Amino acid sequence: MDFLLASLIDGLLLGFVYGIAAMGLTLIWGVMNVINLSHGPIIALGMFGVYYIFSALGIHPYLALIAVAAGGLLLGGLIYFVAVHRVIDAPHLSTLLATFSVNMIIIGLGTAAFSASPRNVDFTLGSFEIGSITILGTRLVAAILAMFVTGGLYLFLYKSRYGRYIRAVTDNRDAAELMGVPSVRILALSFGLGTMLAAISGGLIATFFPFTILAGGSYELKSFVVSVLGGLGNPVGALLAGLILGAIEGIIPTVLPTTWVPVLEFVLFILILLFRPQGLFKTKSS
Amino acid sequence: MKKRWMLPFVLLFVLVLAACNGNGDDTAADTAADTTADTAAEATADTAADTTADTAADTTADTAADTTADTAADTTADTAADTTADTAAGSEEVIIGFTASQTGKQNVSSTGQVNGLQLWMDSVNAAGGIELSDGTIVTLKSVTYDDESNTDRVQELYTRLATEDDANFLISPYSSGLTAAAAVIAEQYGKVMITTGAASDSTYQQGLTTVYQAYTPASRYLTGALDLLQQTDPDVEKVAFVYENSKFSTGVVEAAKTYAESLGYEIVLFEGYDPDSTDFGPFINKIEASAPDAILGGGHFQDGSTFARQLAEKNIDVKFFTLLVAPPEPDFADLGQAALGVIGPSQWEKQATFTSESAAEAGLAWFGPTSTEFVDAYTGAYGGDEPSYHAAGGYAAGLILQQAILEADSTDPDAVKAALDGMDLLTFFGHIKFDTTEASHGLQIGHSMIYIQWQDDGGLMKQVVWPAEGATADVLYPKP
Repeated sequence: MDFLLASLIDGLLLGFVYGIAAMGLTLIWGVMNVINLSHGPIIALGMFGVYYIFSALGIHPYLALIAVAAGGLLLGGLIYFVAVHRVIDAPHLSTLLATFSVNMIIIGLGTAAFSASPRNVDFTLGSFEIGSITILGTRLVAAILAMFVTGGLYLFLYKSRYGRYIRAVTDNRDAAELMGVPSVRILALSFGLGTMLAAISGGLIATFFPFTILAGGSYELKSFVVSVLGGLGNPVGALLAGLILGAIEGIIPTVLPTTWVPVLEFVLFILILLFRPQGLFKTKSS
Repeated sequence: MKKRWMLPFVLLFVLVLAACNGNGDDTAADTAADTTADTAAEATADTAADTTADTAADTTADTAADTTADTAADTTADTAADTTADTAAGSEEVIIGFTASQTGKQNVSSTGQVNGLQLWMDSVNAAGGIELSDGTIVTLKSVTYDDESNTDRVQELYTRLATEDDANFLISPYSSGLTAAAAVIAEQYGKVMITTGAASDSTYQQGLTTVYQAYTPASRYLTGALDLLQQTDPDVEKVAFVYENSKFSTGVVEAAKTYAESLGYEIVLFEGYDPDSTDFGPFINKIEASAPDAILGGGHFQDGSTFARQLAEKNIDVKFFTLLVAPPEPDFADLGQAALGVIGPSQWEKQATFTSESAAEAGLAWFGPTSTEFVDAYTGAYGGDEPSYHAAGGYAAGLILQQAILEADSTDPDAVKAALDGMDLLTFFGHIKFDTTEASHGLQIGHSMIYIQWQDDGGLMKQVVWPAEGATADVLYPKP
């Protein structure tokens, strides 16, 4: 059935982008047990980054993504030292509140700077047809880039020295410090990587959906669902879970009104929390 | 184990976030109730004070009359003279209260509306104000706040406008949802409110008495598009309705659906989407599967333009595509080729040719500037920006109020209300006449929609394609 297949493909392509947004959230959680509530606004900043670099400087959106990624990495480091570092060993509520404050600051400044009016990156790659199924160019490229980003993250974590440090800190920060791992820098780097992934996902979303400074919120919620589905702290699980969420979003509207999508997503979220809190895909470390 | 223990935390905060994202209707109700209670208390106190003062004054006056009639007569004469002198010499400042969506999703349309309203106010004040027959000059002062496109804020702010700011007259915010909230407040405080940018019928069908609608109501938004479709291609059978789940859009499509069925169309898809939707992929796939000849629907600017863009990207073959609100906005042209052939109902277009002559022909009173004069004034005031129909609606709301004040020859709310009830007027915006029945008091019954289509005449431009007598071009059919 073409209709079902077309919806499934649309959903899966979108799922890759949800996947890398959630990877950012889950990486930070995995390394330092911090739930980053500034995730949504950073996604929105990624959108605005691509928008302004493209519309003001005329640079291709996919090249703009490189600048957005670098900006995300630096911003993450900054947020870490300003808001998170001092409370990293405090009870969880402190880090939640600290990142929530950052969330409010970004939204406040962003609303003042960009207003809350909708923006649209006026860019299209057209579409092409396979049989009777139409695939949008921007979504396909976003999915491919998402795979590259995931591959890059995997190589970084498993093949580089700093990646090894990150994994060491994830496993046991005290032991890693005793072995001479500069844990503060590694934590800042991990936070930076998490926000970088959020910014990249925002930049990719901006190439096919309109957005406002408040648009990050709904993707943040999806990131929570995806992270829990994939197992908190498990980046590869996050990507797979992103695909599952994308597929759900694609398929549900074929049989039910689209307004049911968030209902079923959050029912799934609660079911996973109740019956399989470690997520569908088990992490190596747990 | 520690991590597992933390999961409820995630759940808790996600739920808090979700709650923050929602409309917070409970909060709205609470706030409204609180505010009302407070204000009511204040009002009662005020009245009590007034009554006491009045009674005291009366008593004193009586005593004075009894004792020395001469003195009393003198005093009365003096006071009367003073009062008359004050009024005759000058001016009365009337406060016009309204909110603007400077932020939030209604920002684009609201800005146009507020610009139009502001232009009206500036031009009235620049012309020296509104002159009443006794020589009183009425000048206008605006009091406005940012409602953030948020119902809660609208309720708080209109209460504030009606009480603390003592606004004499109110103008609605933009959009039916926000206006419905404001209308209740206006009625509660007995303030005359002209609504603009608010088409939903239901607001006017709940027994309000002080609220008057400038726009053609939602129930007549898409009926003309169906007439146009039937006349252009009588062979079309299958129609799809895809619309935003909002007060306004559902009102429009439900009325249009009934009308489409009465014309014999088969409705192959009738489905709403969430107001925050950005992904129309699932709908577009459904549309493709049900293969309609015509699509009608949409909601507001952001979702409508996104829908049009994604429909074009997916190369959906549809002959007739009509969207609410978005197409008449000049910004819709930013979609480029995706805008081509899209039809939209509009409350007003600059090509509209209402003049004092056409008013005379129709036996109506004429008031205000012509379309050309309005467009020139607007582009002059706002750095060359073309007015959208929201801007014209904002200006028209002002004109309606101005004419009512002139007709009433007073700024007294009851006199103005009576003038509005009797209004039968032609302006550059079109015919204005209000329903005065109890069931739907204030509903607009004079004004009607025109339909525009984006066509390519060496560059994208809007053409009026319906009604036939006002058309500036033939309809581009089927949509490219």
